[in-house]
Amino acid sequence: MSVTHQNPETRVKERNKSHLRTTLSFWAFMAPALIGLILFMGVPIIWGFLLSLSHAQNTIHFGHFIGIRNYTDLLTDPEFLNSLYTIVIFTLFIVPITFVFSLWLALMVNKVGRGKAFFRTVFFIPTAVSYAAASLIWRMSLFNGTAFGFVNHLTALFGMSPIAWIGTASPPWYWLVLVTVRIWLQVGFYMIIFLAALQEIPHSLYEAAAMDGATGGWQVLRYITLPQLRATSVSILLLCLIAAFQAFDEFYNILGGSGASSGNIGLARPPLVYIYSIALSSQDFGMGAAGGFILTALIVMFTVVQGKLFGFGESREGK
Amino acid sequence: MRARSTQEKIAVVSRYIVLSLLAVIFLLPFYLIVRNALMSDSQITSSHWVWFPVHPHWHNFVSLFHDPDAFMYEGLKNSALIAFGTLILQMLFSSMAGYALARIPMRGSNIIFFLILGTLMIPSAVTFVPTFALMATIGGVNTVWGILTPGVFSAFSIFLFRQFYLRFPDEIEEAGKLDGLGYFGIYWRLLLPNSVSIMMALGILAFVGSWNNFLWPLVIGQDPSAWTVQIVLSTFLTAQTVHLHELFAATAVAVAPLIVIFLFMQRYIMEGAKFSSGKE
Repeated sequence: MSVTHQNPETRVKERNKSHLRTTLSFWAFMAPALIGLILFMGVPIIWGFLLSLSHAQNTIHFGHFIGIRNYTDLLTDPEFLNSLYTIVIFTLFIVPITFVFSLWLALMVNKVGRGKAFFRTVFFIPTAVSYAAASLIWRMSLFNGTAFGFVNHLTALFGMSPIAWIGTASPPWYWLVLVTVRIWLQVGFYMIIFLAALQEIPHSLYEAAAMDGATGGWQVLRYITLPQLRATSVSILLLCLIAAFQAFDEFYNILGGSGASSGNIGLARPPLVYIYSIALSSQDFGMGAAGGFILTALIVMFTVVQGKLFGFGESREGK
Repeated sequence: MRARSTQEKIAVVSRYIVLSLLAVIFLLPFYLIVRNALMSDSQITSSHWVWFPVHPHWHNFVSLFHDPDAFMYEGLKNSALIAFGTLILQMLFSSMAGYALARIPMRGSNIIFFLILGTLMIPSAVTFVPTFALMATIGGVNTVWGILTPGVFSAFSIFLFRQFYLRFPDEIEEAGKLDGLGYFGIYWRLLLPNSVSIMMALGILAFVGSWNNFLWPLVIGQDPSAWTVQIVLSTFLTAQTVHLHELFAATAVAVAPLIVIFLFMQRYIMEGAKFSSGKE
């Protein structure tokens, strides 16, 4: 464009043109992501909320409004309450175990000299495996209830008879199966995050601690390492908690039925499995949607409680 | 260097022992996959434990792909399509949006940014039922694109691309403008070529998440033609008769590609893992 000898009018036009170009560019670049998020986040939230207030049996359309009856029905449904109870217990086990174990692994691996990369890879590699695949191995081989299950083979060496790991309500061995598979799958992932955070702790802090006479690993851990890992710890606890509350894959695949049998899912049916069966098997989409909102409310509640206990993570950490 | 005390030596050695034992336990499931995948049914169910088959049954893999009820080939094809599609589209759309939010001055762009961030807090528990309803309406049930599309749009990726482009040096952008580049030219010629590392980290994360995803493909892909490899694995458990050798061979096939990716691209994946805790 020529800049010489413009009268004010054309200059205003030029500026408007460039302003228009900026606006158009902005929306053109935003459009695919924005349309997608509106379509697959915004629309489902609203649709789901309206569905949850509707009697929507065998239909995906809302409109036959029944107020909050889906919610009250679910909250008085012993099976659903039982599923909420199940997932709370599961989460209360999974979160602390995963947290402590992954932190401990990170501290150990961090101290290793030779072979550090090897150990890091070995503990991290289960992250590559899907819940479906791991559930299959846990159910059909590792914790197979017959004599050819691997753990039963090991216990047989001590003269014990095979244990039906996922077959009985008491003793509830299936919890061991469900907890170990999730820990194996996710502990390495959190270990990597801790390892990265450990490397960012300034070395001078440890030197200062040594000069101040901090003796033994415990004091250093308590007064230097853990406080420095605070923000990382909070986000790991949060990720772990939200994921645990939405557990589905391992319950469905380890306890689910085969052939004509309904399986052992009755032993421990988490909310998401229950919601899935309400919506997709019983085709009650209204109640299924309501279940999703109740579960989300529970997640928010626990997140807030956890945040009150451990803090929400400081924003100052963001660079 | 000062000599190490006996106590320190013991600590080092015991650390190696503990970690090695744990390493064996962590690798055990992989061993079981390989062992069982190379055995016949009767060998797997034998009460006499054999650590490794003398004559590996490589034929298990042949029979797996020839079993008309297993849908292994379709599963792999669908999973590959979905994972690569998610990877490419998510990186493209997220980087575009991240660029617009970080580099194109626009009134109200902060509001849009915070709305996008808000969607991070919506768990899939609340969206999967109505998203199924949506898909049923627009004909996405039992299709590959129906499984693929919801996973393409990630507020998390958009957020990280925005943060990444905010730190992009102004001088380079100014130089581009002087060379006559518009917004599109700056994005395409300057920013994208400099986004390889973040795209590798986030892209692999998207690929892995997509390949291993279970609940959504289960909900939306009820017909075998739309099964992903994870659903194929799951149906081995729900089948009338369980073919153990095929089941473990299928597990090996489903897991192998990701193991390869993890081993060769470990650096990027660890980078991505750090991203997901909110670290940059």
